[in-house]
Amino acid sequence: MKKSDSTKLKATMDGVLRQCLVSVSAVIVAILLGMLLILLMGKNPIVAFSALLQGAFGSMNSFAETLVKVTPLLFTGISYALANRCGLTNLGMEGQMYMGALAAAAVGIFVEVPAALHIPLCILAGFIGGGLWGLLAGWLKVKFGASEIITTVMLNTIAIYFIEFMVTDPARMMEPGGVSGQSSPLTDSAKLSILLPNTRAHWGIMIGLLCIVLFWLFLWRSKKGYEVRVSGFNMQAAAYSGINTSRNILLVMLLAGGVAGLAGASEVMGVQGRLYAGFSPGYGFDGIAVALIGMNSPIGIIFGALLFGAFRAGGNRMQMKAYVPFSIVNVIQAIVIFAVVASQMLLEIWSERQLKKQPKQQDA
Amino acid sequence: MATILEMRHIYKQFPGVLANADVCLQVEAGEVHTLLGENGAGKSTLMNVLCGLYKPTSGEILIEGKPVRFNSAKDSMAIGIGMVHQHFMLIPTMTVVENCLIGSHDAGGMKLDLKTAAQKISALAKEYSMELDPYKKIGDLAVGERQRVEIIKALFRGARILILDEPTAVLTPQETHELFNMVHSLTDKGFTVLFISHKLNEVKEISNRVTVLRLGRTCGTYNIADCSVNDLARLMVGREVSFSIDRRQQEQGAPVLQIEDLTLGQKDSEVKTLNHVNLTVHGGEILGIAGVDGNGQSELVECLTGLRRASEGKALYKGKDLLKCSTREIMSHGVSHIPQDRQRTGLVMPMPLRENFILQDYYTEEFGKGGFIDWKYVDAYSDRLIRDFGVKTPGRFELAQNLSGGNQQKVIVAREISRKPELLIAMHPTRGLDVGAIEYIHKNIMDQRDSGIGVLLVSTELEEVLKLSDRVAVMYEGEIMGIVKPSETTVEEMGLMMGGMPLEKIRGGGENV
Repeated sequence: MKKSDSTKLKATMDGVLRQCLVSVSAVIVAILLGMLLILLMGKNPIVAFSALLQGAFGSMNSFAETLVKVTPLLFTGISYALANRCGLTNLGMEGQMYMGALAAAAVGIFVEVPAALHIPLCILAGFIGGGLWGLLAGWLKVKFGASEIITTVMLNTIAIYFIEFMVTDPARMMEPGGVSGQSSPLTDSAKLSILLPNTRAHWGIMIGLLCIVLFWLFLWRSKKGYEVRVSGFNMQAAAYSGINTSRNILLVMLLAGGVAGLAGASEVMGVQGRLYAGFSPGYGFDGIAVALIGMNSPIGIIFGALLFGAFRAGGNRMQMKAYVPFSIVNVIQAIVIFAVVASQMLLEIWSERQLKKQPKQQDA
Repeated sequence: MATILEMRHIYKQFPGVLANADVCLQVEAGEVHTLLGENGAGKSTLMNVLCGLYKPTSGEILIEGKPVRFNSAKDSMAIGIGMVHQHFMLIPTMTVVENCLIGSHDAGGMKLDLKTAAQKISALAKEYSMELDPYKKIGDLAVGERQRVEIIKALFRGARILILDEPTAVLTPQETHELFNMVHSLTDKGFTVLFISHKLNEVKEISNRVTVLRLGRTCGTYNIADCSVNDLARLMVGREVSFSIDRRQQEQGAPVLQIEDLTLGQKDSEVKTLNHVNLTVHGGEILGIAGVDGNGQSELVECLTGLRRASEGKALYKGKDLLKCSTREIMSHGVSHIPQDRQRTGLVMPMPLRENFILQDYYTEEFGKGGFIDWKYVDAYSDRLIRDFGVKTPGRFELAQNLSGGNQQKVIVAREISRKPELLIAMHPTRGLDVGAIEYIHKNIMDQRDSGIGVLLVSTELEEVLKLSDRVAVMYEGEIMGIVKPSETTVEEMGLMMGGMPLEKIRGGGENV
């Protein structure tokens, strides 16, 4: 037993170490290239980055701002990772988030119950709203073989414009007598309370961390999660074992969409207080990057969300103090994705080659 | 007759494999020359060298006495070598004439002259008494017609030497007959045909001469008139098969699995992948299935394990018809399956051993109550399997992909046997393993038989099948050619059956097993 456990430590350490190495070096490369870009713009990269760090962690308030940005990224990161563990590529977190926000806002505005009931109800509505939107893509895949990569992207556009449609007419959800493009405010009983006094940091982050725990429990402790991971690694082995892959695709897309929906719910309930058209600055897409550098693992997603959350929070200060445009943050984010995907692909090609080499030599 | 093609001392070395070693081939103009050999004998490699797809490691090719060098398929095509691949290289959404023009030199500058080409194709088809509409889409043609298009395509591009790679594999007997007529009219006109096959009757029928390949080497060229089909069988299989059996004599038990008229049709073709297969596996016996790869064995196993739906027939096991059950139902009722591809099907390579050990039964109460997995129990279970089956690994957390092939197979065998099956279906259980691992796996399969379990063993290794099985069925094009006891058969007889001759015909309707 003892020997075996020490091997576990070694094996997992090897794996974790390699993954960390890929992620960390990708981030470092991206930051260095970003600095180079700032330098080429004639600005001082050191000044820019210290402003960014100040903006992200310099004070209680800036740290709280970072937490505000981290929260939706936790949800969308989990969403992408969950689908990816099943061998699916869910690019629809943005749309699922909007649909979740819509459902949560609807319950938050039009339903009147005490807070103890109202908040869970809104959260549930957010989960269902996003979940059904994700399930739709899953169903299209199972029923017609439509690639979820395509359908989720298309469903994004539909969802974003559908929310705009909903909040631009008082006959629908627009605030009567208010500005076009925003709904009536949620009743106070539906709003998430503030976590750190006198800041915007709300309890949504705790729900996010709870989801991280549930994500881990589901995938690595439950039988369904085991099925999902087997299907994600090897569809043929899943069929051989009698796993119903179609049903799992539906389940996973429902769950992944639901978690993305929670991102929308927590934005509406914790930050905005109402439903705005185009309220997301791309949290859904950032979820891909978060899951990628987090290697689809619970701890990794936390770090990934923290990194990109800090970038988002500090980026504004960098723009104000160092006159470096916020877009640099997006550039760095894009380079991170590039670097991680490239190194993952190289690793995959390498292991595929190892796989091919073995049986061929022995067969003949 | 003059020698049109000569291949001298061809060697082809792949990383770790010598596919062709000192192969010599000499073909005369206007003859049908057959390359005969088992799977992996090096036939395809040699033909790919001739087509310019592979460069030989050493050796030379002479066309009409002049040495030639091919740098690509284009070079060999230009010199008049045309290959009809076993899997057709045609684009289904394009017409016959368009397909013929792809890569052709006659395509002519910028303008695509379909009309002239179509006329030329019609003329060619007429010359060899074939019916072919050059404007039909490939997708609308039957398999036999598609093959004709491939041949016409080669002729259209000026081929003088035609290579037909297992051309009858996809054809019905009638279509085969038509093909042979066409081959005869081609050779009458002076074309040379290189025929690749392991079907002995066809070889005997169509060839003038035959060159036998075995384990990458030539074993001589013979005039077909001097060889009987029996001779061909012996030449192809070649080695003496050891019949030494270390088995306990035991009474045949009750039938465990009864397969009745199992039939599996093929898409847009009259050819059946499986054609009325009737087999019975008894408790305490190993029923071996021998045959050249690709004669329906994988499909048979897939039908029995719920991975593929048969068109007709029954497979009775414990009062159930396996052909109508899902994989999960089949596996949960005491059937174990050692799949043919351990890395792609049998294991989840990036997962640790402990997760691979529970692949079949993770959902049962044994491995955790309710919806969660009891990893403590799984760990103890895995440690036991690793110890009992001597899997060489640092521990249960090692990833399956880090194990050697033999140990990977041990993991699968351990998992499948520990499920206490009543029926074990094993396909190529020792493919690619070293001698030690083979012996270990053989012993385990034999132990299962001795303990009264019914075993269905599918293997293309004749030696393995004959050594382990109580009875051997030979499959050929989805049909059972005969069922024999290893002690009562000969290599020659096996070779004949593998080449498509039914047992009754060989034995003259005599003995029964």
